[in-house]
Amino acid sequence: MTGTVRPSTADDFDAALKGSPGGDTPLSRLRLIRWSDFSLVPVILVLMLIGFIVSPVFLTSDNLISVVQQSSELSLLVLGQALILICGRMDLSLESTIGIAPVVAMWLVLPPDGGRFAGLGLLPGWSAIPLCLLAGLAVGAVNGFLMLKLRVNGFIATLGMLTMLRGLHIGITEGKSITDVPESFRYLGKSEWFGVPAAVWICLVLFAVGGAALAWLRHGRALYAIGGNPEAARAAGIRVDRVTWTVLAIGGLLAAFAGILYTGHYGAVAATQGDGWIFQVFAAAVIGGISLKGGRGTLFGALTGVLTLQLVVNVMTLGGVPALWNQFLNGAIIIVALVISRFASGEKQD
Amino acid sequence: MDAQAPPPAVQAEGVVKRFGPTVALDGVKLTVRPGESHALVGRNGAGKSTLVGVLTGLHRADAGTVTFGGEPAPAFGDTAAWQSKVACVYQKSMVVPDLTVAENLFLNRFDENARRISWGKLRRRAEQLLAAYGVQVDPNTRARDLAVEQRQFVEIARALSFGARLIVLDEPTAQLDARGIARLFEKLRELQSRGVAFLFISHHLQEVYELCTAVTVYRDARHVLTAPVDEVAKEDLVAAMTGEKAAGATAWHAAGGTAPDPSAEPVLSTERLSLAGRFEPLDLQVRPGEVLGLAGAAASGNTAVGEVLAGMRKAGGGTVRVRGRAVRAGSVPDALAAGIGYIPEDRHDQGLVPERSVAENATLTVADQLGPWGTVLPSRTREFARGMIASLDIKTQGPEQPVSGLSGGNQQKVVVARALARDPSVLVAVRPTAGVDVKSKDSLLGVVRRVADAGNAAVVVSDELDDLRVCDRVLALFHGRVVAAFDSGWTDGELVAAMEGVGERE
Repeated sequence: MTGTVRPSTADDFDAALKGSPGGDTPLSRLRLIRWSDFSLVPVILVLMLIGFIVSPVFLTSDNLISVVQQSSELSLLVLGQALILICGRMDLSLESTIGIAPVVAMWLVLPPDGGRFAGLGLLPGWSAIPLCLLAGLAVGAVNGFLMLKLRVNGFIATLGMLTMLRGLHIGITEGKSITDVPESFRYLGKSEWFGVPAAVWICLVLFAVGGAALAWLRHGRALYAIGGNPEAARAAGIRVDRVTWTVLAIGGLLAAFAGILYTGHYGAVAATQGDGWIFQVFAAAVIGGISLKGGRGTLFGALTGVLTLQLVVNVMTLGGVPALWNQFLNGAIIIVALVISRFASGEKQD
Repeated sequence: MDAQAPPPAVQAEGVVKRFGPTVALDGVKLTVRPGESHALVGRNGAGKSTLVGVLTGLHRADAGTVTFGGEPAPAFGDTAAWQSKVACVYQKSMVVPDLTVAENLFLNRFDENARRISWGKLRRRAEQLLAAYGVQVDPNTRARDLAVEQRQFVEIARALSFGARLIVLDEPTAQLDARGIARLFEKLRELQSRGVAFLFISHHLQEVYELCTAVTVYRDARHVLTAPVDEVAKEDLVAAMTGEKAAGATAWHAAGGTAPDPSAEPVLSTERLSLAGRFEPLDLQVRPGEVLGLAGAAASGNTAVGEVLAGMRKAGGGTVRVRGRAVRAGSVPDALAAGIGYIPEDRHDQGLVPERSVAENATLTVADQLGPWGTVLPSRTREFARGMIASLDIKTQGPEQPVSGLSGGNQQKVVVARALARDPSVLVAVRPTAGVDVKSKDSLLGVVRRVADAGNAAVVVSDELDDLRVCDRVLALFHGRVVAAFDSGWTDGELVAAMEGVGERE
């Protein structure tokens, strides 16, 4: 890293630096900001207004905190998926990773007797979190191996991984919930910092870190180049496969971390933990302006996508929609949200 | 028209075709008589493929008339009617590879009267059809297992079974070896004797003389010449294709006489560099201040050389050295580190990330120099991009504008900016002026010249004569071999002749 930049036409370049070329003032930069990334902000405001009209409970801090608390695990999956989608891939297995990673960690940590779930007791209790994260990393890395080394179809490979890991989860737990959650999990899932659940803070920090990496790190920026045109990225010297592999591994890691928060919050791992989430993950990402073809979208947009979905569900619950109709409405909401965001941003979704 | 002479198989008069502001065909004419093999030649962009599109009903002509056998051409969009008049055998296969020959022959017209497909009957009909034209292919073979010329025979037989009496052959020999070509020509002559007319499009003038009876030359969307083949000498044909351009020397033209010092250490050298099926072992030496041209048509292997130098492809053998430093084969990052800047052939394929900004595209190769600890500082990126925008005169609203909003010439300048960003010792430019206007062309080639004048080396890979004018030395490639070498004093004719492989198979 030289820290200096010298194009070959250095004379013209230096000359150009001294004079300030017109048309590049901060104001003109403002014109080129993609407003579509913010298109969901008014939608969220409208939803809050509707929520306020529907129920006076809506605007209480308890309710709003519970909305963001419930968004936190989903949003971590969306964060992982958003990064993967930006570099032009997809990983369906995230929804199984959120369940299997904590299960594997607990299986290795919990004692073989004493609790309702017989673990192996191979490793000490403090290693539960590192083990869980490692398991997620491993799933992502295997996905990367399948897609990038063996060059198999990523959609089907991760679909297979989704099913396989769900089966492994049920096999290990014998289909039962595990309630002997390690203390470290419980702490992250349950404790509050400054009156707001720790999980929410952690999510915000991770989104901020992710957003900063995409904006200001060269490997972060490389994701857009890879997703936008992998051949051009390769011609520019970006190690396309290596970066993609790293992103897939990070996706698994984030899913595992979401698993820790979720398990800690509810104090148990159900056999169905994460089941069916992947649909919401994709929906939130696309509603938030991430292109399924890669190369386009921001993490801020993805976050607004998650919040929009969760707010609609919350408003409906407060409105007293019968539970039996939830599934129907869930699907309908996603389609409506998709249509709204399509026209709010004015961009084709693909 | 007197009663004896049959009407021409096809006659086109005053055909005009525009694509937006570009005139692809400017009042051209063409006449092919029954039983004639008519060659249509011209340089890239002369309008050959557009004419084929008009003749086969793919494009609607803006003006002019087309008649087949004296009758006016079918209405635009009436595919069945066009099929009964004319068919084109493209370079790209138009058969379904996983279906059998019989199915391909009768695709979507298995049997109008029967409800279900009778496979036995289909096979027999296919056998009859193939036998009628003397094509020895088993109708049960899958199309993908056929040799290239067999596949072409099947396509010709299919076209003839529709009733077409004019077959357009678009570069039919590009993927054939010498024996395949011989078999193809034999079959074509046989069909010709039965009254089938061929329009033969080829870059290989030698083949035109072997097969065809008449030749038509287009240049820059205009008709230049039509004559019997035996009445045109090869030199005249080449002259007609290139035109007698009174090319005034511009600033970036290679200055003849000031040959680079042969004793100087070469900046770029290759030793036995090869890639199986693309080009044969190649020893190159490019000295400081020198621009080397690698001329060659589409299948000559010259683009592959460029891609190997840039690390986009892994060489089959041999080494590349930049100022004595060996470059790891097939590694773009190592090529960049060694000082090789790369302007890829197609800016849409390998050059640009269309949705990202000018600044981002221009700094893709220098992302490691724009801030400490792997960061990319937006201020430095903008600053760098502004320098590039000014020095290359890129017309843009600002560094933040998505590169897809720029004109072709300015997009290409962004690609060049990316290649120059690392201050390369060697600039490898593949068709650097493809699809850009004259003014951008001047400034792009000027950049290539400046890079060399600063004591570096440049390699220009192209089949465009204007691109090659910047070179101090030009090597012409044909079928992966260097067939000729020129100093800067070459004439258009001799270089085109070398690229087209004239004299190759004599």
